[in-house]
Amino acid sequence: MPAILRTPHPRERRIVFKNVDREGWTTDIDCYLKDGGYEELKKALKMQPQEIVSEVKASGVRGRGGAGFPTGAKWGFIRPGETKPIYLICNADEAEPGTFKDRYIIHQDPHQLLEGMIISCYAVNARLAYIYIRGEFPVGAKILERAIQEAKEHGFIGKNILGTGFDLEIYVHRGAGAYICGEETGLIESIEGKRPYPRIKPPYFPAALGLYMSPTIVNNVETLCDVKHIVKMGGAEFAKIGRPNNTGTRILCVSGDVQKPGYYELEVGGVTMGELIYDICGGLRPGRKLKAVIPGGSSAKVLRADERYKIKTKQPDGTTTEAEIGIEDIRMDFDSLAAVGSMAGSGGVIVMDDSRDMVWALNNINQFYGHESCGQCTPCREGSLWMQKITTRLLDGAGADGDADILVSVADRIAGRTICAFGEACAWPTQSFVAKFRDEFLAYASKNGNASSKPEDKH
Amino acid sequence: MEIPQELADHIDEVITHYPVSKRSATLPLLHLLQEHFGYISEEAITWVAAKLELEPINVLELVTFYPMLRQNPVGKHHIRVCRTLSCALAGGYSLLDTFCKHANIEKQSGNHHAHFFKSADGKYSVEFVECLASCGTAPVCMINDDFYEAVSEESVPELLKKYQ
Ligand SMILES: Cc1cc2nc3c(=O)[nH]c(=O)nc-3n(C[C@H](O)[C@H](O)[C@H](O)COP(=O)(O)O)c2cc1C
Ligand code: SF4
Ligand code: FES
Repeated sequence: MPAILRTPHPRERRIVFKNVDREGWTTDIDCYLKDGGYEELKKALKMQPQEIVSEVKASGVRGRGGAGFPTGAKWGFIRPGETKPIYLICNADEAEPGTFKDRYIIHQDPHQLLEGMIISCYAVNARLAYIYIRGEFPVGAKILERAIQEAKEHGFIGKNILGTGFDLEIYVHRGAGAYICGEETGLIESIEGKRPYPRIKPPYFPAALGLYMSPTIVNNVETLCDVKHIVKMGGAEFAKIGRPNNTGTRILCVSGDVQKPGYYELEVGGVTMGELIYDICGGLRPGRKLKAVIPGGSSAKVLRADERYKIKTKQPDGTTTEAEIGIEDIRMDFDSLAAVGSMAGSGGVIVMDDSRDMVWALNNINQFYGHESCGQCTPCREGSLWMQKITTRLLDGAGADGDADILVSVADRIAGRTICAFGEACAWPTQSFVAKFRDEFLAYASKNGNASSKPEDKH
Repeated sequence: MEIPQELADHIDEVITHYPVSKRSATLPLLHLLQEHFGYISEEAITWVAAKLELEPINVLELVTFYPMLRQNPVGKHHIRVCRTLSCALAGGYSLLDTFCKHANIEKQSGNHHAHFFKSADGKYSVEFVECLASCGTAPVCMINDDFYEAVSEESVPELLKKYQ
């Protein structure tokens, strides 16, 4: 990796992905050190842990794993003077369909991740940390293990790091093909050697009762890399990138029907959906029109190309103004995507053109969730399978008139009634696809299917 | 069950990664045994349980949960094709069929939850997997531990030649 070196798009602002696809760049520690690597660790170790937490708070950085929770606030949940051991886990399970960014950091720039992790461990006083990497990254796991070994040899990991008295061990823990291990409490159960059944919150918030019932910080790969850059530039400087409450850069992963799919590191909210699709990703294939976009990983609610969205914006004087915008005007940031009823999620943008069949697309997504439900909660276990069965029977020409409504009623009975957010993740696609492309579902039900894909592509 | 010394040493080292609870080493040990034996046998399950002072059910419940753990051997070369949306949009389903055709594999049912399909001579097996986190270069697949991006159907015969 990589087979092809991709040149960054001029609109990109590469901070976390600075070394991805960089010519002559290798995963060796020497390469990283020559480029000024581990200087931020040295700087951080001269600061008080609390100062680093304050910088992270000031940076405004929000988690890049999916929920967009402010990292500084999460770290702040660790009680000062905590007597139990504290653990840190890097979530490298990257499995949300449409998301492909952590893969490149792991495979091409492992030391950046380690540096971010070591700084974060020092800040929250964790002495033992795990990188939970998905099982399908066997090469990535080896690269990380080697990088840890190199960092140990240089005194960046292990006992008495750089003579500061700070001890830290980092180990790689491999998953084994289950998406639910990305959910942080499922992940914790998985590291404990159990089935990855998510825990109920409250009381099991990881920051209070996490790994081995001790306070635990779980952060995404990209978030932990951001920490390194926050230490480098200072929280206030970092907060100037992007937009208020949506700071820093984000790696947007674009796939599906665009001419130039790929990863693009952009200032959060620095571009609109239209600029992303047309200017950066080269638009759609010749003769094709935009039909739908899933903006934040497959769990995010789908957006229809011809919808109009009312968005409220707070003005500096405290009043709010309302504007009506189209899909191409949506800013690619957390708050704007939430305002149009979807989410920025994991940064995975899946684009579909007018040749695509929405019942087929939803069925593909439903197959995923039907397969990945951990099975603990009845609404999720049964509902995800029923949604999958119904979209399959629609495609097979065996749908019934009420199927669109049944789909929504099943989805409505999952969301909000489960132990973990997988419940919402599997309900949102069905709720939004049926609401926005109802005609296509009805057409199938009346056996009037307009399948544009090959029959064997259906399930 | 013969465990070579080198593997035994590796296992002992891995257990030290979990100073708080040995039980945490269950999944890593299962990975190591599966890599060595190709699948996880009943014997392997009891062995891991004894090693980590657990009940065999504690180990079996992981083997039956995680899609990557298997109780039957796959083919000599195991092919994983991504099934999920971005790859499906780029032809992932046809890609799986093309692999089956050139690897002489008969696909039994359309249900991807039904595990993997194997050629009669045991040389190849094929499995649909969920999003491999490389959707920008769809469709993608893995052959053993090797990863392939933007795989065209035309390239399949050449690709298979590398795995004899
Ligand atoms: C079903 C489900 C799957 C998830 N998968 C991932 C994942 O693959 N990677 C990830 O970083 N976060 C994932 N998350 C979010 C994590 O639970 C958690 O919020 C995140 O790792 C926290 O890190 P952050 O604050 O840095 O984003 C998932 C959440 C859910 C509900
Ligand atoms: S919501 Fe689904 S995935 Fe989450 S705990 Fe319940 S059954 Fe498991
Ligand atoms: S959908 Fe195939 S790699 Fe993501």
